[in-house]
Amino acid sequence: MEPFKKIKSIVTPLDKVNVDTDQIIPKQFLKLVQKTGFGQYLFYDWRFENGDKPREDFVLNNPKYCDSKILLTRDNFGCGSSREHAAWALLDYGFKVVIAPSFADIFYNNCFKNGILPIRLDSQSVEKLFNNSSEIEADLQNQTIAVGDIIIPFEIESHRKKTLLEGLDDIAVTLQYEDKITMYEKSKSKL
Amino acid sequence: MSRTLFEKIWDSHVVVQQDDGPSLLYVDRHLVHEVTSPQAFDGLRMNKRIVRRTDLTFATMDHNVPTTDRSLPIVDQISSRQIQVLEKNCKDFGIELFDIHSPNQGIVHVIGPELGITLPGTTIVCGDSHTSTHGAFGSLAFGIGTSDVEHVLATQCVWMEKPTTFEIKVEGKRKNPHAITAKDIILSIIRQIGTAGGTGTIIEYRGGTISDLTMEQRMTICNMSIEAGARAGLVAPDEKTFEFLRGKKYVPKNYDELVNYWRENLKSDAGAHFDKSFTLYADKISPQVSWGTNPAMTTDVTGTVPFPEEYSKGNVDEEKAALKALQYMGLKPGTQITDISLDRVFIGSCTNSRLEDLIEASKLIKGKKISSKVRAMVVPGSQLVKRQAEQLGLDKIFKDAGFEWRESGCSMCLGMNPDILASGERCASTSNRNFEGRQGAGGRTHLVSPIMAAAAALAGHFVDVRELDLN
Repeated sequence: MEPFKKIKSIVTPLDKVNVDTDQIIPKQFLKLVQKTGFGQYLFYDWRFENGDKPREDFVLNNPKYCDSKILLTRDNFGCGSSREHAAWALLDYGFKVVIAPSFADIFYNNCFKNGILPIRLDSQSVEKLFNNSSEIEADLQNQTIAVGDIIIPFEIESHRKKTLLEGLDDIAVTLQYEDKITMYEKSKSKL
Repeated sequence: MSRTLFEKIWDSHVVVQQDDGPSLLYVDRHLVHEVTSPQAFDGLRMNKRIVRRTDLTFATMDHNVPTTDRSLPIVDQISSRQIQVLEKNCKDFGIELFDIHSPNQGIVHVIGPELGITLPGTTIVCGDSHTSTHGAFGSLAFGIGTSDVEHVLATQCVWMEKPTTFEIKVEGKRKNPHAITAKDIILSIIRQIGTAGGTGTIIEYRGGTISDLTMEQRMTICNMSIEAGARAGLVAPDEKTFEFLRGKKYVPKNYDELVNYWRENLKSDAGAHFDKSFTLYADKISPQVSWGTNPAMTTDVTGTVPFPEEYSKGNVDEEKAALKALQYMGLKPGTQITDISLDRVFIGSCTNSRLEDLIEASKLIKGKKISSKVRAMVVPGSQLVKRQAEQLGLDKIFKDAGFEWRESGCSMCLGMNPDILASGERCASTSNRNFEGRQGAGGRTHLVSPIMAAAAALAGHFVDVRELDLN
């Protein structure tokens, strides 16, 4: 995984609560057997009419946001299905940061496995960002979002921060505990 | 110190405990299916890794399999490829697979318990959010993403931050348990606590009503824990649990010894602390019908489609969401739920496709015909459920009434196979998610119990099943 660098970009505002992973990547695209190529299907049913015509009223189709790397949204983003395809689609489309007041657990976890930074911010700060149209900078090292001269700090679990900053491979980390896993297996009666 | 059931299972599975951050948990059972695993196996290949415990890993194909005649080839080439990839991965890595022709094939959360792969006190993971179903047996069972599937295949462990605990008590005697089902209980809970009400928690369902439920009913409840945002939900195992599993194919040989241990140990201690608590009185609830595009957007069958401002109780974001949901669902506020007519009925999914669900629905259907306006389908959860139902003659009852009787799989719960709604079609469904497009782009889903779905199929619209003779 690529180590996470500072991200500077305008913000794509997706003003909805409870966006579920069925909307982020609809089921007809879960049949692919690789991790890439999902970006074209991101928010498919919201983005396209009859499968190909871009819906003008959907925020991702506004040319203003075409280079945006930061998605801003509302409470409980990523609820529902565990499909990691949702994280793959966001990343493949170009989003490296998602900001919301809260996230669903499995989606939140999946983001870190793919080098996406999900940032939990209080609702007031989220509201401020919804009312801002200039570029912002997400700085993971310092745990801040810079909006012009205003600095908004954010909290993140220290181990998750480390994973992203160093681009760590989870499995390689776990395999360092091989002796402990083996010891655990020996200590347990066979179930 | 007194501990909850969840804390006991957690403590006994910690392999590495860090001062700060997640713990490394051992996984006793890993269930694998075709949709969320191909990229995980690819990752293993790329890094020249093997599956650490093939004996604790079980695979089946359920999400995109057709539910029509299995002797015919699969028409959808992309689905077919995904199924072949799972076959190859299981062969290459030495994993037991219940393939499309296996007598044990079925929805992963239906076959786990019926084969005795699911056991009390164990940790169970699967790349599917409805893994919470297995919590009905007093196991800690939760869904994971594909990266974690790869991680578990390679290490038989998963990193997890310890969730908090949420006690949900269900008390009170249901006046008519055939009409007020486990589905109505869980929908009532989600309706009240919200789709994020359980986020970050493990729910333990407790109380007299839960004790009275059968194992199949407990599975329906635990299954939908994720719809309340909780990673897992569980019920302390009891004699019903032990009897359900006794004699199943994969239960360990020392079963009686294990039962003695489980009976003594697998329950929350008296006075154990829960971080959150909620009580539902089951004697006060009605059959539930969802009207919107998430499972909390649900009301009583005797109710009406709400006005957005009434539903949102002052929350601006929720009000906008409700307005959008009503547009998507093509419903006007104030409409009586029983005036909503239906095009389709789906009885199936990991929530409600077990033998008991089919028996309950068939009792109402027997000797009657479904509405001429409705196309209705029964998709048994597994090949075993299908065989057992056929032995009881349920297939004939459903077919005579005008239902289609299908092969087992996830089917129209998520519409990855050809079983989908056309745009604008309205469906009474026993599944778990009424998200936009879930059962087909533009399709409109109303979540209900099997008996409510059966009654809707006969009438062509929703019916209060308490008014029917269900005995």
